[in-house]
Amino acid sequence: MNSLRRGKLPPHAAKGLTIFVVFILLFFPSLPWAKGVELLGAGATFPYPLYSKMFHEYWQLTGVKVNYQAIGSGGGIRQLMNMTVDFGGSDAFMSDGELAKAPAKILHIPTCLGAVILTYNVPGNPELTFTPDLIADIFLGKITKWSDIRIAEVNPEVTFSNMPIAVVHRSDGSGTTFIFTDYVSKANSEWQRRVGRGKAVNWPVGLGAKGNPGVAGLIRQLPGAFGYVELVYALQNRMPVASIRNKKGTLVQPGIASTSLAANIPLPDDTRISLTNTDASEGYPISSFTWILVYQEQSYRKRSMEKAQELVKLLGWMTHEGQQYTESLHYAPLPAEAVRKAEKIIKSITYNGEQIHR
Amino acid sequence: MASKSIDNQIDPSPRVPGLRAEFVFRKILLLSGLVIVVLLAAIFLSLFLHSLPSLRAFGLSFFFTKTWDPVSGKFGMLSFLVGTLLTSFLSLLICLPFSLAISIFLGEYFREGPLSSFLRNVTELLAGIPSIIYGFWGLFVLVPIVRKLEIILGIPPYGVGIFTASLILAVMIVPYAASIGGEVISLVPSDIKEAAYSLGATRQEVITKVILPYARSGIMAGILLALGRALGETMAVTMVIGNSNLLPRSIFSPGNTMASVIANEFTEATGRLYLSSLIEIGLLLFLVTMVINIVGRYIIKKVSVEA
Repeated sequence: MNSLRRGKLPPHAAKGLTIFVVFILLFFPSLPWAKGVELLGAGATFPYPLYSKMFHEYWQLTGVKVNYQAIGSGGGIRQLMNMTVDFGGSDAFMSDGELAKAPAKILHIPTCLGAVILTYNVPGNPELTFTPDLIADIFLGKITKWSDIRIAEVNPEVTFSNMPIAVVHRSDGSGTTFIFTDYVSKANSEWQRRVGRGKAVNWPVGLGAKGNPGVAGLIRQLPGAFGYVELVYALQNRMPVASIRNKKGTLVQPGIASTSLAANIPLPDDTRISLTNTDASEGYPISSFTWILVYQEQSYRKRSMEKAQELVKLLGWMTHEGQQYTESLHYAPLPAEAVRKAEKIIKSITYNGEQIHR
Repeated sequence: MASKSIDNQIDPSPRVPGLRAEFVFRKILLLSGLVIVVLLAAIFLSLFLHSLPSLRAFGLSFFFTKTWDPVSGKFGMLSFLVGTLLTSFLSLLICLPFSLAISIFLGEYFREGPLSSFLRNVTELLAGIPSIIYGFWGLFVLVPIVRKLEIILGIPPYGVGIFTASLILAVMIVPYAASIGGEVISLVPSDIKEAAYSLGATRQEVITKVILPYARSGIMAGILLALGRALGETMAVTMVIGNSNLLPRSIFSPGNTMASVIANEFTEATGRLYLSSLIEIGLLLFLVTMVINIVGRYIIKKVSVEA
């Protein structure tokens, strides 16, 4: 040890040091002094394709880089709670209990709508119709054959073979599962009692597959399969989709328009509302907002005023101009009422208690 | 002790720069080695600390309860335990004849030559294929084949399930069992074999009566290491096992394994008890694979010393 302190570094050590420095530079390309404002977000995977498109367009427009990591809604909320990101993304709104645990007031800003559709693999893949009770009973394992009289009753023009129904659900915890089980819980009391709603639930029957691609792949392979995937995924892959009788008794085919229409109800000022089993007469019943979550007071953790302003500008852009990118990517745009509510929420964001103007 | 004596031989004198570099280099190596040990201990400690809430809430009943209900907060890992054990041992059973044949072939019949090195490389290549590729291959090739088999057998033709997962696992662990088995078989002293031949034994008799009994514990060790791999395999299994949290009724039923449920549910697990229960499964998996690896390595070490 003494020798180290006294003498000059041996040539090997010097070389090693150089390699070390080069490595450091390689692995940390974005050193803090290299950039202007860059916003960091994390959360839901569902809106990720849309957000990537929006953030890319926004970067070309303004030069502000937004880095969004699709780690899941739960992770997004956790990161926001730890104040390690500028915004979080979530498919499920935070409950009052969760909000109470947050270090400061968190705001929900809706950015678009998504829906969960039911898809199937039966010979010829005809267009099928389901009622909420039918869906619940199939997922509860009470209806096990496609030839069941109750399926035939709502699909009189289709003849079914005696094929067993293979229920397919998500194996990974996911917002898609939450929206689906939330809907079935609202529409069917037995499901509510026996299974309930959650990102992962105790499925009474069925096979689990990972992610939308996993579920879709299994359904496509498995004759007699019945399961749920995101609308975006189903539209992209041209999968058969089932129409559902909604709360008002209307038979609704899932699609971008019917998903937006699900929000055609009086919205609360904080937009924290579940749209499943919607009261809207033309709305598709398994729809949901997806939100960006931010702190109302932006001066936390010594963030700069500039960063807060850029965040507010970004949110404004996403809920207005950014909406033009939704439909081409199969997302449902916000209805006018939701945009107005979002605008109001964005205006309430402050820095050191003062409003940040757009 | 050994490293200390070498330290004394090489005096880190400032007048000999090459030796000082040697000294620094050794310290760096030692430090890297220690980091691994500390890391392992830290992993164990954090797994243990984070699983405390679940350990307190469920105690031993965690292992015997089959309900896994994140909605009501009731957690028991019995079905995952059964799924893990079923897939691991079934895959060992399937892999055994193949890995044994390869070991005998590589260790006794063709120790050298192009065919031997080709076969050896191919076997080792199997170990290098990323597990997600095995998963995709399983999903798109193996699952339809198993489904046809299930139709013939008259059981619900899901295609995915414990059996399919075991098949994939068997292919994945063959290289582990085969390469160690081959090495141990090639270590069997030739004088024993020659003695058997001189007594008029055929080659088959030499293999079954002399070589295999002699190499038995080494082959066992290879199988144990393969088992350790099978227990922890995640991605490929998740894709073909059917991920049903119910207790499997037969080897064709869908099931779930410990590693697979962690991979599936960890990212979106909310609630302290839910997370903690998943971590407890991880802790158990960590301990079991560690014990299996230690036992396996101990047997290998003993065998190599004997030979």
